[in-house]
Amino acid sequence: MHRRHTRALALSAAALTTLSMAACASSDRDDSSSGDAESGGTFVFGTAGEPTVLDPAFAQDGESFRVSRQIFDGLLTTEPGTADLAPALAESYEASDDGLTYTFDLREGVTFSDGTDFDADAVCANFDRWFNFTGLAASPAASVYWQDNFGGFADTPDTPSLYSGCEASDASTAVITLTAVTSKFPAVLSLPSFSIQSPTALEQYDADDLGGNGDALSYPSYGLEHPTGTGPFVLESWDRGNGVVTLTRNPDYWGDPAGVEEIVFRSIPDGNTRRQELQAGSIDGYDLVAPADYDTLTGDGFQVLPRDPFNILYLGINAGNVEGTNANPALQDIRVRQALAYAIDRETIVNSLLPEGAEEAIEFVPPAVDGWTDDVTTYDYDPDKARELLTEAGALGTTLRFYYPTDVSRPYLPDPGAMYEVISQNLTDAGFTIEPTALTWSPDYLNAVQAGQADIHLLGWTGDYNDAYNFIGTFFAEKENGQAKAEFGAFSSPEIFSALATADGEPDPDARTADYQEANRVIMDYLPAIPVSHAPNALVVAEGVEGLVPSPLSAEDFSTVTVSN
Amino acid sequence: MLRFIVRRLLQLVPILLGLSLLLFTWLRLLPGGPAQAALGERATPEDIERYNQVFGLDQPIWVQYLKFLGRAVQLDFGNSSRTGRPVTTEFLERFPGTIELTVFAMVFAIGLGIPLGYLAARKHGSWIDSTSVIGSLLGVAIPVFFLAYLLRVVFAVDLGWLPGSGRQSVRIDATHVTNFYVLDGLLTREWDAALDALLHLVLPGIALGTIPLAIIVRITRAAVLDVVNEDYVRTANAKGLATATVRRRHIIRNALLPVSTTIGLQTGLLLSGAVLTETVFAFGGVGSALKDAIDLRDYSILQGFILILAVVYVLVNLLVDVSYGLLDPRVRVK
Repeated sequence: MHRRHTRALALSAAALTTLSMAACASSDRDDSSSGDAESGGTFVFGTAGEPTVLDPAFAQDGESFRVSRQIFDGLLTTEPGTADLAPALAESYEASDDGLTYTFDLREGVTFSDGTDFDADAVCANFDRWFNFTGLAASPAASVYWQDNFGGFADTPDTPSLYSGCEASDASTAVITLTAVTSKFPAVLSLPSFSIQSPTALEQYDADDLGGNGDALSYPSYGLEHPTGTGPFVLESWDRGNGVVTLTRNPDYWGDPAGVEEIVFRSIPDGNTRRQELQAGSIDGYDLVAPADYDTLTGDGFQVLPRDPFNILYLGINAGNVEGTNANPALQDIRVRQALAYAIDRETIVNSLLPEGAEEAIEFVPPAVDGWTDDVTTYDYDPDKARELLTEAGALGTTLRFYYPTDVSRPYLPDPGAMYEVISQNLTDAGFTIEPTALTWSPDYLNAVQAGQADIHLLGWTGDYNDAYNFIGTFFAEKENGQAKAEFGAFSSPEIFSALATADGEPDPDARTADYQEANRVIMDYLPAIPVSHAPNALVVAEGVEGLVPSPLSAEDFSTVTVSN
Repeated sequence: MLRFIVRRLLQLVPILLGLSLLLFTWLRLLPGGPAQAALGERATPEDIERYNQVFGLDQPIWVQYLKFLGRAVQLDFGNSSRTGRPVTTEFLERFPGTIELTVFAMVFAIGLGIPLGYLAARKHGSWIDSTSVIGSLLGVAIPVFFLAYLLRVVFAVDLGWLPGSGRQSVRIDATHVTNFYVLDGLLTREWDAALDALLHLVLPGIALGTIPLAIIVRITRAAVLDVVNEDYVRTANAKGLATATVRRRHIIRNALLPVSTTIGLQTGLLLSGAVLTETVFAFGGVGSALKDAIDLRDYSILQGFILILAVVYVLVNLLVDVSYGLLDPRVRVK
């Protein structure tokens, strides 16, 4: 039922052998920038907010990342339109047999926009910068992506780091060593947080000199005025009063020069205003199109560009192992959890509540991720079977406190209220009694469900990169206390924990994929939560805009965009 | 007069102290906090705990308050938890936008309101009178955000006559000196930029100015009706003064006294109306910043902005009282 893309498994295999896919990336660029559209002009893009800081090492919001991606390159990136790894500043890499040493063969002749040469020393300077953050720079408010992915810092022996060291064996070869084998490396290097920045500019503008004043961080001038990378654009200005960030084409860019002379990111927080500004012609495109607007916009001649789904909506289950909370103990019975799984009518949800292109979820990773398999226990909609299981467990009519958020629209959950209505009705039909609690999304709802206060709740996740652990590891891995997260009732399943640890620690990519498939099977038998759906979201651009390739990771490259009048 | 002004300024001290205490406790009693907002849905409870530790949010509330006061007297209101920039910088960047918008709205309201109100009173009982009474009722009754939305759909989207969001077109090259965009355009002789910024004020300015317009029409009308029946007007007419002189020196001048008080109060209220209008028009002023700050539990911005706005409000009213003295010599004497 799910068509699996034939993905470039080549890159996985490349952990052992060297590969080069530069031609691939640049040919895509050629395709889109050729044609009769003129090279030049301005592309005005409406965003939901202003960036916070343009030093991606300290950024954690999508708008900061969106702009950073145009200014910076990482060692690796993703193929346009997919979640598959592709070369960027590293033309290829090679992993040692033990999976602890990665040798990156760097692109030559590249300079940062301040004229500094890009070489292995620059790469190591960046890794060493991240690893040596101290004080405020090492606080979760600043470098949360490093901490989530690489753990601790040089001076935090209690929190070990995945990173061991970086060595420039010659100008175009950087060798990075790790302290443990993990499936997220090197995929994690495609995240904008790990973009390579100009060591000269970092030092000149005191990039690490974060201040703390009152309740918050203050960023140095580097991240606000002088972000310096190797990307297709450079920062021209950031007009805070008007909520406008302007980038201009980097004339010394190593790849094909950007199709437009200038990109303007204009912050328009209200979704309706964004749509009307596009219709009025004052912007050329925007992100996060409301599914209800797809037809109107297409009818008006605009191009709606849906992204492939790279997320999961699930019904979280708390079986009551969290201290200080009182979840329904009936959920500890596997038959009750199975009843939940059988009770949900995913087909109706996908067809009536989610945008076109949405898919029913049979497990917690989307089909585009390595480790997805259709060989898991599935729970097709069957309210009678659900009721049977409940009766058998002696839990018919059991009351579940169902938490759902209000006032929010997430890519995986465009309309939480409607989603609650449908699932709640499904569960009632199957013989559950539902007691709803609606809370405002942030911080009330997130606080409550993450502290394990709900019996069942709606939540989801959008993947950062193509790695199954980024989904199921984030949800169900064992914490220091030997239990899973409080959100999932701090359950304790040695089978799930060891399946995840085994897969994450497997250096061989093929064996690892098989391990993740096994982990997915174990998870779908245990049912620590119920997967519901994968939903796409979309960008929209005006008629004359070409070359914008929607990315499942929202990692769009604006350098291929052209605008004709 | 000087003593009067000094006394009014001294009254600011207890007002600000009380307000800051209220704000401070109220904000911290809200569920959640800046940590969750700053770290997002992926934050673990440990991350949140560490964040609170780093920024002293785990300390007792009175310790936090005293620290805040200590900095606030030096005009340091901390940094925004979203942008990491000083609250005062953010304010200075955004306040000019709100002032431009408020001035436009008030010019619109006064420029249209006083003549309309005067006309309605002069033609008491005529169709002009009843139209302006009904119109001003409507003006007060229509919610600002609805009017804002309506104006934008009709004049920006459907007709395309006026810009519907922002403070300036992004396609215009404008130099910003003072952050008053219209003024900047004039100062730098970038006439197109000044005109563009002015056009951006029209729709939000009208949306924001409608309620004051309605109120000014009503007050002016009532005041003029009151004054025309006064003895001194009859006397002035009886001693044979020209009609124009009677109207200018005896009717309008006296009728303007209550109107000027209303204008002062309304100008202060516009600052709160700006939250809605600026949000609908994505207008980068103080109002839209406050709305974002509430969503993100940006304590520093909320505390700083609201306190500064309170000072502004008091100053505006002081200015009105002073102008009252100019209009009415009796107040000056007292």
